Amino acid sequence: MKVLTADTAVIGGGPAGLAAALTAKKQGADKVLIIERNNELGGILQQCIHHGFGLHRFKQELSGPEYAQRFIDMVKKTDIEVLLETMVSELTPERKIYAVNSRNGMMEISAKAVVLAMGCRERTRGALRIPGTRPAGVFSAGTAQRFMNIDGYIPGKKAVILGSGDIGLIMARRFTLEGARVEAVVEVLPYAAGLTRNVVQCLEDFHIPLYLRSTVIEVHGEDRVEGVTIAEVDEAWNPIAGTERYIECDTLLLSVGLIPENELSTQAGVAVDPVTNGPIVNESLMTNIPGVFACGNVLHVHDLVDNVSKEAERAGRFAGRYALEQGEDWKKRVKVIAGENIRYVVPHEIGLDEPVEFFMRVQRPDENVVIDVGGLRSVRQRSIRPSEMLNITVTPEMLKNVTGDSITVQVVTLKEAEVRA
Amino acid sequence: MIDKTRCSVQIAIVGGGIVGTSVARELSKYNLDVLLIEKEAEVGWGTTKANSGIVHGGFHEVPGTLKAKYCFPGNQMFPQLCEELDVSFKQNGILMVARNEEEMKTVEQYLERGLERGVNVRLLSREEVLKLEPHLEPSILGALYAPEGGSVMPFELAAALMENSIQNGVQLLTENPVTNAWVEGDQKVLETPAYIIKAQVVINAAGLFADDLARMFGDDYFTIRPRKGEEYLFDMTTKDLVKSTIFPVPSTKSKGILVIPTSEGNLMIGPTGDDVLEKEDLTTTTDGFSRILEGARSLVPSIDPRKIIAQFAGVRAASSRHDFIVEFSPNIPGLLHLAGIESPGLTAAPAIAADVVQMMKDAGIKMEPKIDFEPRRRKVIRFHRLSRKEQDQVIKENPAYGRVICRCETITEGEIIDAVRRGARTLDGVKFRVRAGAGRCQGGFCQPLVMEIISRELGIPFEQVTKRGTGSEQIRYAAKELLTREVEQ
Amino acid sequence: MHKTIICTVCPLSCNVFLELGDNDEIVSLTGNRCPRGKAYAAKEHTAPERTLTTTVKARGGIHPLLPVRTDKPIPKEMLLEAVQAVSDLEVEGPIRMGQVLIEDFLGTGSNLVASRDL
Repeated sequence: MKVLTADTAVIGGGPAGLAAALTAKKQGADKVLIIERNNELGGILQQCIHHGFGLHRFKQELSGPEYAQRFIDMVKKTDIEVLLETMVSELTPERKIYAVNSRNGMMEISAKAVVLAMGCRERTRGALRIPGTRPAGVFSAGTAQRFMNIDGYIPGKKAVILGSGDIGLIMARRFTLEGARVEAVVEVLPYAAGLTRNVVQCLEDFHIPLYLRSTVIEVHGEDRVEGVTIAEVDEAWNPIAGTERYIECDTLLLSVGLIPENELSTQAGVAVDPVTNGPIVNESLMTNIPGVFACGNVLHVHDLVDNVSKEAERAGRFAGRYALEQGEDWKKRVKVIAGENIRYVVPHEIGLDEPVEFFMRVQRPDENVVIDVGGLRSVRQRSIRPSEMLNITVTPEMLKNVTGDSITVQVVTLKEAEVRA
Repeated sequence: MIDKTRCSVQIAIVGGGIVGTSVARELSKYNLDVLLIEKEAEVGWGTTKANSGIVHGGFHEVPGTLKAKYCFPGNQMFPQLCEELDVSFKQNGILMVARNEEEMKTVEQYLERGLERGVNVRLLSREEVLKLEPHLEPSILGALYAPEGGSVMPFELAAALMENSIQNGVQLLTENPVTNAWVEGDQKVLETPAYIIKAQVVINAAGLFADDLARMFGDDYFTIRPRKGEEYLFDMTTKDLVKSTIFPVPSTKSKGILVIPTSEGNLMIGPTGDDVLEKEDLTTTTDGFSRILEGARSLVPSIDPRKIIAQFAGVRAASSRHDFIVEFSPNIPGLLHLAGIESPGLTAAPAIAADVVQMMKDAGIKMEPKIDFEPRRRKVIRFHRLSRKEQDQVIKENPAYGRVICRCETITEGEIIDAVRRGARTLDGVKFRVRAGAGRCQGGFCQPLVMEIISRELGIPFEQVTKRGTGSEQIRYAAKELLTREVEQ
Repeated sequence: MHKTIICTVCPLSCNVFLELGDNDEIVSLTGNRCPRGKAYAAKEHTAPERTLTTTVKARGGIHPLLPVRTDKPIPKEMLLEAVQAVSDLEVEGPIRMGQVLIEDFLGTGSNLVASRDL
């Protein structure tokens, strides 16, 4: 067995892993290592050929591969080591990583700090329990995206897409631009889950119908998908009898949610938040296991890669520092609680000496509200939606006002905010 | 008319389910000329594939039935069989749980039934049960425990039986449904889309279609009544919820909704038992799911439906006789029916197969043991079960084992190549053999890679790789194909 | 004549109401909450444009396709024509991200460029 060491080992070479590795390197670490299971860096961005990435970071709209390429080029200019086609099979609480590839066989990598950046996976038909037959032609949207944008194949020529998240919308346009037809996009919510811009540019531009408050209630076809039955749903998402409609198609795409991939983390003993499905972290994005950090979609599912990069840089910075100093003595810790209309807040726990950037999602859409961060900072929002992540930074200056053991982040009305002020 | 290939064999087995493949392997111990005919692309794809995989204890069956005759002896044959064939088998034990006084009485009756047959069974008190299985419903009163009950992957077993049969000279013909059959003198003739096959003996192991095959011969004295069972499979993280297979006290119609730790470790709940009209009604339903969840939660309350990763349905071949039919046809000499093999058919299959040998001998067929019969198939490398040192060694010998394809189940390229070389032809064939794509992402990540390996190994274009045989191609067009076609139009 | 355009400049997604004259010219424009919305709606009414992103066949890389894009938006109604136009294009590596594959693509004044290294 090959034995290796690293100051900072980054598991995953997607946007989070790349950014984390670069900042860890900038901290002065000698040896930074990226372990990637694919045969190239860039992660899922390589198959996201549409544009719209990087508006915050690079002030221009890049395609996924362009965004990835910029980071890959930066990594190539450093001496960061990259192991491609390498699968991590185990991580121990002592930060030993066991990984395999064809060239080196089994490797044992002892790392002073580890950054988890494994990303997420798509929810499947099995998880949704869509009734009916189980023919060929049912794909998660990301799998179809890979077939179409990387491997060079088109699943079918008449598709129905379940779920109006951004990947589903983007795939509707992709199918259309490859000469296939999209018969319908079906969404259980009363509004499109993805960005309005994508609804306009991916559906309306091509006259693709969007059925809201509806779902697929049955899949038909023995060998290959022959059609689906869709129906409207009530408040509890149960199908309403009499609203069934049969749509002929040869392909069903599912774009119904993403789940952080934390099987490796939990095996190592990393505590996971049941709401985000990602690790519980403090303001340095360190998990409950000392020296193990997390960022990107493995921590919580993001909607903008710009935020992933930003978050990963934070994790990389602290991981790099941890590797050099071998542990840090944190002062007072304060718990962060998700209050009114807040589904979750990351980080879960903060110290008071560093600026903290909070990432959060709301539970329901609302307009003209104020996000109140523990009375330390209030930020006015004209519109909030569960599909759009919010980020708010508080400075050590503001943190001086913390008195108790916890702070609550909540959505309040403008009036309430005024009264408080 | 298309010229069909004509051939002649001593014994033709129709149907490559667990019964057909068990019989094939048993007959391969003798110097016989045996052909197995299967309508699907691979064996084990009918009722077998969707079986719960339980190796029953042998205490359930009503005395005097063929189910009782074959179940317990079958159970006793599993450890050796699975060892020889290198098939995963776990003797995890069976618990039949009593939730009230009345059920406790029934449990005691089953205890007696089991003891009479020599089954290793005993009663456990509430405390003993909860100590063994702390996640069970705490209000239970006690349970019947059969430690020799177990769990296998039924498809893996059928594939292994077939592989070993082929090793020992049995021939396999797939994607050839029997469309017609008749008698010619002392020969029986089977017609498929591509073949006309003459056989001295036809063994009817056609499962759901056993009555149809019998009728083709003009032999019309039993009916197969399809009864559907839905099953729901959980993520590997449910591994530690229960160790034993948990049964409720059965109803008159079925053994009830069970909580099953599969031989791979993840949990499965089911099955329903619903009479259906279509023999191939493999749909899952919302109603079926709610009944299963309710049943399973009455045994293990903490079952979390959010951890479900897959669902499927299978159809049992129940006979009009309410028992197995294992006999030579009274009307057509040389036609042996193995029909109506519903639960506990998987457990009974090895015992039925052994009995088939005896029946053939009794019928005067010359059964000369094959001196070079090889009971073992080549060992399967299951990468994720090896120690790190062994993994390292395996990769050194063959670098393909260092490339992990299925990340959820840690299945390597080496294992997938091996599965194809052993007979897998499809995505499902690979999935059922080596579990690539059977995990929590359900092939979302690895499907393109597995398809590429199948395409390369079989030398077929990517677009011709199927989910489960012709007609189930996953990919229909190459990039830009639809655009250039439009232009031509 | 009236027309509603949903602004896609920011997540607020304002409904911008356009009152149109006889020649489809904009008489009034309301509902936008910022100047960017006004500009967007006006453009979207008179000459809607989109950036095209698609793939072309490629040799010499690790994948059989190369992602490509237009470096400026092109008229929206040309999108389908544009993908047809490059459906039989095949490029060969090495190609560098940003490299121009087709200059003045379909006379739009926009170039078709590689979206990654090949």
